[in-house]
Amino acid sequence: MQDAIGKVVGGAVINKGKVTLELPQLVENGNTVSMTVKVDSPMTQDSYVKAIHVFTEKNPQPNVVSFHLGPRSGRATVATRIRLADSQTVTAIAQMSDGTFWSQNVDVVVTLAACLEVI
Amino acid sequence: MRFLALFIIFLLFPWESGFSQISNARRSGYDFMSRETRAMQDDDGANPGTLGVLDGEALWKKKEGAAEKACADCHGDATKSMKGVAARYPAVAPDKKSPVNIEQRINACRVDHQRAEPLPYESRDLLALTAYVGQQSRGMPITISGNDQTKRFVEAGREAFMRRQGQINLSCKQCHDDNPGKHLAGSVIPQAHPTGYPIYRLEWQSLGSLQRRLRNCLSGMRTEVPELGSPELVELELYLMWRARGMKVETPAVRP
Amino acid sequence: MARAIIRMPAQAKRGEIIEIRTLASHPMETGFRRTERGATIPRDIITHFVCTYNGTEIFSAELYPAIAANPFITFPTVATESGTIEFRWSGDNGYAVTESLKITVV
Repeated sequence: MQDAIGKVVGGAVINKGKVTLELPQLVENGNTVSMTVKVDSPMTQDSYVKAIHVFTEKNPQPNVVSFHLGPRSGRATVATRIRLADSQTVTAIAQMSDGTFWSQNVDVVVTLAACLEVI
Repeated sequence: MRFLALFIIFLLFPWESGFSQISNARRSGYDFMSRETRAMQDDDGANPGTLGVLDGEALWKKKEGAAEKACADCHGDATKSMKGVAARYPAVAPDKKSPVNIEQRINACRVDHQRAEPLPYESRDLLALTAYVGQQSRGMPITISGNDQTKRFVEAGREAFMRRQGQINLSCKQCHDDNPGKHLAGSVIPQAHPTGYPIYRLEWQSLGSLQRRLRNCLSGMRTEVPELGSPELVELELYLMWRARGMKVETPAVRP
Repeated sequence: MARAIIRMPAQAKRGEIIEIRTLASHPMETGFRRTERGATIPRDIITHFVCTYNGTEIFSAELYPAIAANPFITFPTVATESGTIEFRWSGDNGYAVTESLKITVV
């Protein structure tokens, strides 16, 4: 996951804060997990969120999604549904127009469904 | 004397009166889900099952088979003609001997009237049609009655539900009647009322029928899994729908 | 076959932030699953989503296999003028779907 984050962020410092990553703490089913990311930003021409990147620690591939926003977004709130393979840490990183990066981590617990299907 | 008369009446209809005592405690699987999953079901624009319903709407109008007929050619506007239909399936047709579920009913129409091949169980098209037809009953109460025609099939399904079976000697009743709300591994056990089929199951990431769900459970119970469309599964479906009678249809529901 | 469901207001006030909800029909096969015989099921996912407003890109996303089947994406935009909002999904195996909706801005 660190390599994937490095590709996006380069050598820049990732600050904690401004980002709110909403995920259920106990995931009902890892195949479809509702996720919302909100970033505290005025979203004006001078100061806006350029992108929101989401990464996971234990999925087979660390990248989940990258959203690209701009001043025309009005506010920096996006939502989608993701897959989580295991209990792990999910990280959302906001890339700001001024070149700074901000992030938040959330730990989630994911269990397998009780009775697996044999097709 | 009056007590004796009442007692005899009670004996005659044990399964009817015994059931009515727990009817107030019945809760849909919806109540056992997380807030996020409920939100997914509540909004048609967020419910992936809606994609299947839209496909079904298109199929309803498509001419099929040697007869070159669409469902719409006989049944017209489904929002009118199919209202309440899914809520009373499985059902026994007057001229047939045993109950059929909605999938079998649709296929019977295809074969008999459209002169087309039946759609395979769990195929995208059959799921789309059952989702579309099912949605026309959304909000309506399930209306299965234990009458002369259906009684023995409901009993057969009930017997299967109550029976301990398989490698772990487990019955459906033990989880769904005796322990709903508790957890099996990480999952909450619901009461098993088939109010929203075909459901969009998060585990499957697609629509699926009640029979698929039953087979899923039975394989987890380490017992013999009947083939899709087999009479044992239809009887169990019939019992479960009868057990859920009066509860509102939620098709297409979302479940974990 | 239904390709996508889009929910957004048909009308909005100038400057109002509207929310657009999209739900695309796609299995999002990860490429990590195997058949019973052990063969890998090849990846088949939507990789890009782009939204334009009267031709100007206002939102886009890169999707990876970790996005759940039938991708659901909601995002905001400022209602600036009346016109057409276009939605484009593209991905593996030449997947390309375009939908558009009109908006009236008063």
